[in-house]
Amino acid sequence: MNFGMVFKVAILAIMRNKTRSLLTCIGIIVGIAAVISVLAIGKGASTMMVKEISSMGNNLMMVFPDRNRKGAVRSGMGAGETMTAGDAEAVKRELGHLVSGVSPAVNVSCQLIRDNRNWNCRVSGVSYDMPEIRNWNVAEGRFFEESEQRACARVCVIGTTVKANLFDEGEEAVGATIRMGAMPFKVVGVLAAKGANSWGQDQDDTVMAPYTTVGRVLQRSKFRSINMMNISLWSLDDNEEAKREVTALLRQRHNLADYQDDDFETRDTTEIMNTMGSVTGLMTVLLTAVAAISLLVGGIGIMNIMLVSVTERIKEIGLRMAIGATPACILWQFILEAVVLSTVGGAIGVALGVGAAKVIGEVNHWPIVIEFSSAVYSFLFSSFVGMFFGFYPAYRASKLNPIDCLRYE
Amino acid sequence: MSHLIELRDLYKIYAQGEEPVHALDGVSVSVDDGEFVAIMGASGSGKSTMLNILGCLDTPTSGSYLLDGIEVARRSRRELAQIRNRKLGFVFQNFNLLPRISAVEQVELPDLYMGRLSRSARRRRALELLDRVGLGGRATHKPSELSGGQQQRVAIARALMNEPPVLFADEPTGNLDTKASVEIMKLFTELSAEGITIVMVTHEDDIAAYAKRHLVMKDGKLVRDDRREAAQ
Repeated sequence: MNFGMVFKVAILAIMRNKTRSLLTCIGIIVGIAAVISVLAIGKGASTMMVKEISSMGNNLMMVFPDRNRKGAVRSGMGAGETMTAGDAEAVKRELGHLVSGVSPAVNVSCQLIRDNRNWNCRVSGVSYDMPEIRNWNVAEGRFFEESEQRACARVCVIGTTVKANLFDEGEEAVGATIRMGAMPFKVVGVLAAKGANSWGQDQDDTVMAPYTTVGRVLQRSKFRSINMMNISLWSLDDNEEAKREVTALLRQRHNLADYQDDDFETRDTTEIMNTMGSVTGLMTVLLTAVAAISLLVGGIGIMNIMLVSVTERIKEIGLRMAIGATPACILWQFILEAVVLSTVGGAIGVALGVGAAKVIGEVNHWPIVIEFSSAVYSFLFSSFVGMFFGFYPAYRASKLNPIDCLRYE
Repeated sequence: MSHLIELRDLYKIYAQGEEPVHALDGVSVSVDDGEFVAIMGASGSGKSTMLNILGCLDTPTSGSYLLDGIEVARRSRRELAQIRNRKLGFVFQNFNLLPRISAVEQVELPDLYMGRLSRSARRRRALELLDRVGLGGRATHKPSELSGGQQQRVAIARALMNEPPVLFADEPTGNLDTKASVEIMKLFTELSAEGITIVMVTHEDDIAAYAKRHLVMKDGKLVRDDRREAAQ
């Protein structure tokens, strides 16, 4: 059997009735285009989410003191007074092989005053390596230094929202002095704008100062409790081990007996990623179902047309058999015709889907990620659909009796 | 010596309705290399069934059919297709050319299923055959651009493509006018003179007159076998 000839015959048969061939393909075209474009949009969305999550910090792990209970009243997360700055320092000191940086966070709500303006926001007492841990750099000036942290210096770094509310446009903030309550702080830097996080909270509406200073002059707590600690790991692969060791260390420092529960809670970005992943996974399942249905419908369209085509060309089948086409030749000829139809449909569908995704992304300002592999898979799958649904008509053709075919009027 | 075609006690029985129909009712006949045979008979006499079985398009219910010394009566569909491809050429009443492909491509078809020749050799042979049947200048014409007689000549060239020892023709002039019929029959006579065996079914006496041997059938039986000098 000559493959080139079989292929040529298939192309000729398709070209013979262009309108009908196109209509036949439409099911496949629409199905593939829908899958490609929705995948591109979905992938774009999840890429954006992952980017946002990783912008929270470098291999970030967070530890919160447990919700404590005073009688029957339970307060919110981070409100318990079980974790201290000392805990954070211990983690940094003793788990240096896993942990690249630790910053406690002491959050105080504070009235900021500068001349005749004032603004209320959250002041976070953090450590000097916070910019690295949270992937957050300063845009102007500098972050405070280790020496300033050790000396409980009254310095701070402000977010852009705070700057906008306390300073005139174009006014130099670095070097100015602002008051937090009664305490004057020198502004040494302005944080780079980070925008709202995925929960809509304005991340730039913040002030960072050394946790030592905040603990001493703003918090007014004898216990020096902290609201959380941000731990940055050398590598996310150590995630499980780090969690275990941090837990062990904190349990030891908190003198917890074996029967007692942890009085703190660890969270890491992988958990958030996993949650996102399950959402994306659900979307993939739904998409696959939609794709399967549309390709099923498209495939049935192809099968229908192929059955018509076999009947129409019954004399041709008879003649080909008479001059020596074996049943296998006839079978392959019609299967190939269906495959060519569906593959061409698949190719058009991929092109259309990519185009549609780009237009939709452009109009709605959505990020679009077109994966080469999804285009290739859709394309291959459309050929498979052609083969699957082309088989029955082709099989019928191959079983025809040459005499009946030649006599058919 | 063995014959090119040898039928022994051939039966073809169609079991339709209550009464089985004996389309072939014990036919035994042999045809030698180079003969030009006309199978004649009224409609329903079994001559078409006979030609279908001879052409390996159909299998007999019982009996033996030796083609070129090989038993072909009970073969699979695939084997029959290969035998038709290598040993037999067909010429039909309604030409059976494929629409939309050129004359030279029609002629090339049998070799595409055989795969004996290279692409260029195949094209060369097809052009030679078109020349041979007098259509040298019409190789690129499609069937719709050719007259009936020309179409039938393309079909004859196609039948000769794989150099089969036997050519079967089923009412080859049935759709042609007298002038074209005469031309086609002259072509058959020439091919016969070159040594190709031709078995032709016809119900027209003046067409049968070109053959050197007449087999007359009636009710599934061979009733006459005349050897004669062909009319020129």
